[in-house]
Amino acid sequence: MKILVCISNVPDTTAKISFVEDNKVYNKNNVQFIISPYEELALTRALELKEAASGTITVLTVGLQDAEPTMRKALAMGADDAIRVNTEAKDAMFVAKQIAEVAKNKNYDIIFTGKESIDYNGSQVGEMVAELLDIPSITSVSGIDVEGTTGKIQREIDGGYEQIECEFPFVGSGQKGIAPEPRIPAMRGIMMARKKPLNIVEPVEFTDLTQVITHTLPEAKSACTMIEPDNVGELVRLLHEEAKAI
Amino acid sequence: MDFELSEDQKLIRNSVRDFAEREIRPLAAELDEKQQFSEDLTRKMGEMGLFGMYLPEQYGGQGLDTLSYIIAVEEIARIDSSQAATLAAHNSLGIGPLYYYGTEEQKMKYLPQLCTGEKLWAFGLTEPDAGSDSRGTKTKAILKDGEWTISGSKIFITNGASKMSLGSTVQTVTAIDEKGRKEFTTIIVENGTEGYKGVPMHNKMMWRASDTAELYFDDCKVPEANLLGKVGDGSKIMLSTLDNGRLSIAAMGLGLAQGAFELALKYSQERKQFGKTIYSFQNTGFKLADMATKIELARNLLYKACWLKDNKKPFAKEAAMSKLYCSEIAKEVADDAVQIHGGYGLMKDYEIERFYRDQRLLQIGEGTSEIQRLVIARYIVE
Repeated sequence: MKILVCISNVPDTTAKISFVEDNKVYNKNNVQFIISPYEELALTRALELKEAASGTITVLTVGLQDAEPTMRKALAMGADDAIRVNTEAKDAMFVAKQIAEVAKNKNYDIIFTGKESIDYNGSQVGEMVAELLDIPSITSVSGIDVEGTTGKIQREIDGGYEQIECEFPFVGSGQKGIAPEPRIPAMRGIMMARKKPLNIVEPVEFTDLTQVITHTLPEAKSACTMIEPDNVGELVRLLHEEAKAI
Repeated sequence: MDFELSEDQKLIRNSVRDFAEREIRPLAAELDEKQQFSEDLTRKMGEMGLFGMYLPEQYGGQGLDTLSYIIAVEEIARIDSSQAATLAAHNSLGIGPLYYYGTEEQKMKYLPQLCTGEKLWAFGLTEPDAGSDSRGTKTKAILKDGEWTISGSKIFITNGASKMSLGSTVQTVTAIDEKGRKEFTTIIVENGTEGYKGVPMHNKMMWRASDTAELYFDDCKVPEANLLGKVGDGSKIMLSTLDNGRLSIAAMGLGLAQGAFELALKYSQERKQFGKTIYSFQNTGFKLADMATKIELARNLLYKACWLKDNKKPFAKEAAMSKLYCSEIAKEVADDAVQIHGGYGLMKDYEIERFYRDQRLLQIGEGTSEIQRLVIARYIVE
């Protein structure tokens, strides 16, 4: 079984968000980067599938050299090798093109992405990769087993779950539930990760289809005014005079 | 000067932190309350590869540097001192002497199983009448017909009584000359040897989920080949082991201080008095600023001592300074953290209560603060 797990290098969920260059570019200064959580869960499940059967797991990132620490973490978790497409990740189509280019002649049985990266939340890359490779796309995978060359997949749908089967090869975008918790690299894995191949490939040319005009931050939440439960008069006064809601 | 940790060291810190938050934090208070040593958590620390981190791979270790190991102890102590004690004592005091002074045969026999987290090893130095004065050791060993016969007892021995304990390294007196000078020799004693037993000690103020034992040797016979190092080198072996041990006790102080500081910082941003968070009062901000500064100093000193060791330079003075400073500031930071918590800090429902108790060993165990000052004073006049 050959599995490709596409991981993106995203700001830690607790990172402060700010922008530079006329609000066009995210400010990476003093920000810790992590593997996007849905992809980390997908990688964890991929490792379990490989350990239960056999095979290889490759992780792929479209990004510059500063993405390598999170790729090393993926190798420390147990991936066999890594590929970095040496370019800044732009919009979803650009990233999908790069992934498809790497994957097209490699015969991966399963290609995992996350259902979305937690920075730009595009939720498109997996589906686009599947389309470019002309293979099935299964979104919101919240559980997966493999029997022979068939994936037995659970998808989360409104109010319940859907069980489906799909022959290799396919693209699955993982979400919460695909593995209970991300695997934590052990010391042995961290040591071994150093010796595993991290191959760098150059990007294919592709014209950007979209351009970022600007970023804006949500308005700061205003302070919450607490009113004692029996002070209805004050509540009405504030709604009328300050909030001007009534 | 390069203060940047390597990518591997950063990954080790993050991984051990994630492990401690996920596996240890939810259990720490209950294990402390019940005085329960956790075999399960010990095994999990073994699976993470935290035992034998600095040992070469042929003995089952991870081949990592001292600083990586110290970061791991710091991160466990940031969450729970009891588990950090199991980890630090086993690595520095249990595995240490076997690795540094064992024959190849002894190393191959014991070290691989001590690196997995299945078995632990104890360091039998302290006795009821031999604490800071380790030369007061009374436990004696007599060599006759190819066997050592050991009699005596040890006290306050970490990892000496649980079912996971595989044995201990024991300092014994093997001769006394006409002037009353003792010859010290270290001997390996395996659990299950007739006449040897480890008895758990309960009702501790701190580290209540770590295994502390009294060891008894009642005409306990072991083969002559269980000698560790040379006859007469016992004291040297035990004291050099303590030089290394100081780094990990220091890491426990640093980690505890970091954990206590974070608890206090968080609480101060949530707790409101006089209509605003207590953090916004300058008095609280100043207190937290002092705590953060002490922690920064402690970390720089300890990491420098590790750097000296990793670069094969003398580090004993800096190790003693680190042990002294990190354990002293652990006390001060934990005390301030309780003060910031106010009345809630006195309740077991709040983690800081356990941190406050746990720090108190650090100025006593593995050489008191006074002994550290004695060691430092000797080095600074050389």
